[in-house]
Amino acid sequence: MEAHQNIDLPQGSIEKKTTTLNLGPTHPATHGVFQNIMEIDGERVVSTEQSVGFIHRAFEKLAERRNLYQITPITDRLNYCSSPINNMGWHITCERFLNVETPKRVDYLRVIIMELARISDHLICNSIVGVDTGAYTGFLYVMQYRELIYEIYEEVCGSRLTTNIGRIGGFERNFSNTAFVKLEKFLNEYPKVLKEFENLFTRNRIFMERTQGTGGISAARAMNYGFTGPNLRAAGVDYDVRVANPYSSYQDFDFTVPIGSTGDNYDRFLVRNAEMWQSISIIKQAYEKVQSFKGADAEIFHADVPAYYLPKKEDVYNNMEALIWHFKIIMGEVDLPKGQIYSAVEGGNGELGFYLVSDGGRTPFRLHFRRPCFIYYQAYPELITGGMLSDAVVTMSSLNLIAGELDA
Amino acid sequence: MALSNNTIEEKLVEKFGDQVSAFSTASGILSFESPAPINLKVIQFLYDELGFTFLTDLCGVNYPDQKGAEIVVVYHLHNFIENVRIRFSVAVPVEKPDVFTASKLFESANWMERETYDFFGVNFIGHANLKRILNVDEMDYFPLRKEFPLEDQTRIDKDDEMFGRG
Repeated sequence: MEAHQNIDLPQGSIEKKTTTLNLGPTHPATHGVFQNIMEIDGERVVSTEQSVGFIHRAFEKLAERRNLYQITPITDRLNYCSSPINNMGWHITCERFLNVETPKRVDYLRVIIMELARISDHLICNSIVGVDTGAYTGFLYVMQYRELIYEIYEEVCGSRLTTNIGRIGGFERNFSNTAFVKLEKFLNEYPKVLKEFENLFTRNRIFMERTQGTGGISAARAMNYGFTGPNLRAAGVDYDVRVANPYSSYQDFDFTVPIGSTGDNYDRFLVRNAEMWQSISIIKQAYEKVQSFKGADAEIFHADVPAYYLPKKEDVYNNMEALIWHFKIIMGEVDLPKGQIYSAVEGGNGELGFYLVSDGGRTPFRLHFRRPCFIYYQAYPELITGGMLSDAVVTMSSLNLIAGELDA
Repeated sequence: MALSNNTIEEKLVEKFGDQVSAFSTASGILSFESPAPINLKVIQFLYDELGFTFLTDLCGVNYPDQKGAEIVVVYHLHNFIENVRIRFSVAVPVEKPDVFTASKLFESANWMERETYDFFGVNFIGHANLKRILNVDEMDYFPLRKEFPLEDQTRIDKDDEMFGRG
């Protein structure tokens, strides 16, 4: 002890057994704005404290002054790896609240877009797990198919990342032929690429040793922590909103819900991969169903909701009635019914819920987003304590945390 | 036997009598209220007896016109086995927004309660770490309460150049 007295170091820096490490908020290994103040003993994590909220934008407060359509762009910015699911989840919530029945063709078109979004979401997550375990190739290789998915979005709605896709009751316009051509290209080429991606990782010894047995959680703990989506299914609970509370005619499709057993990083990876295969199969089924509509039925792309569905632009310019409705909808002059609703969809990383309370005004009285990763990120200390620091990084990316959604 | 909303309602009334009230069903979800002091008893009953073992969502709502019950805490619970959802709410006065914490039963309630505290100032009694989560620690108000309006959109005292509108 005496020998150290004359060394001028900050107090505690020598005698202390553990080191404090400040990981984030802007760190290349966190893939988003997450801060963790970790206590590490050598390379082992002793404890960690997360801090979140770095990109909090007060969406719930903003939503209280916006009409329904002005809220759609807000939902884009929740889980921005799968914006169309958020947009459609919000529109489906509004439709349920306003008792709007959507035609089957609209449901199937939505399913195509939502499953594409799920693939692009899982693709990012799984390939980033690869990057964090030292395999960059997979990530770069699959990017071109995410690009193709974004091109399909672009063809349907005009934008790529923050899509603002669709309307209450359906889509803003029918899918163009180019969209279907691109979709066919995707369906033809992507399975081979996914197979190759799996060949790179699934039985790769380095990858398996890095991911198996790290970041695991039991089914009971996962449920207690409010896990949903692939993370819960990896722990062995077969809960999927698409099956439990079908929306957008998911009951018409034949698909399985893949589950894991140990809830570790490897199982999460496998579940996401298996879900991508299921998504491909769902898209194929949906595309077949869409093609079976002939004649006038093949032109249906929205429900008949004049109070919420914007009239055609050429009518707005030439027709008084349409102009009035256009104005009323854009200015949000249509009052909502009174009441409240909770409606959920299966987002890219879990159950994305919308709790809407209306007092009969033109904007929601209160809108709460149930953001899946805000809830399951709480389990992070439990997942990584006792493990290696490098595994903590892999665990963070395999949880599919999206800062925009977490911080709302 | 499927767990219907009527069965749930009967069992709750049988157990808690007139302390549970305002039963209604909208979009297939049964919702009801209880006084704030028995919220944990109700949640524990739902958990143990009726299988609502998953806390889907917990959030606050502010009704400034309901005197003595301005702040409402809403729980959404889910029974995975029967696939039934339920909504349960407790109301507290804004001067003394005390609600018992559900974080001992559900780990997931921990941050959701912190969020509700952050935005509505609900004091969750027994919570181990009740501090702000999304807003800065120095904030001295609860922004989702209705008494804090959003900025006036017609204000003209801002420098347009600073907001990309110059």
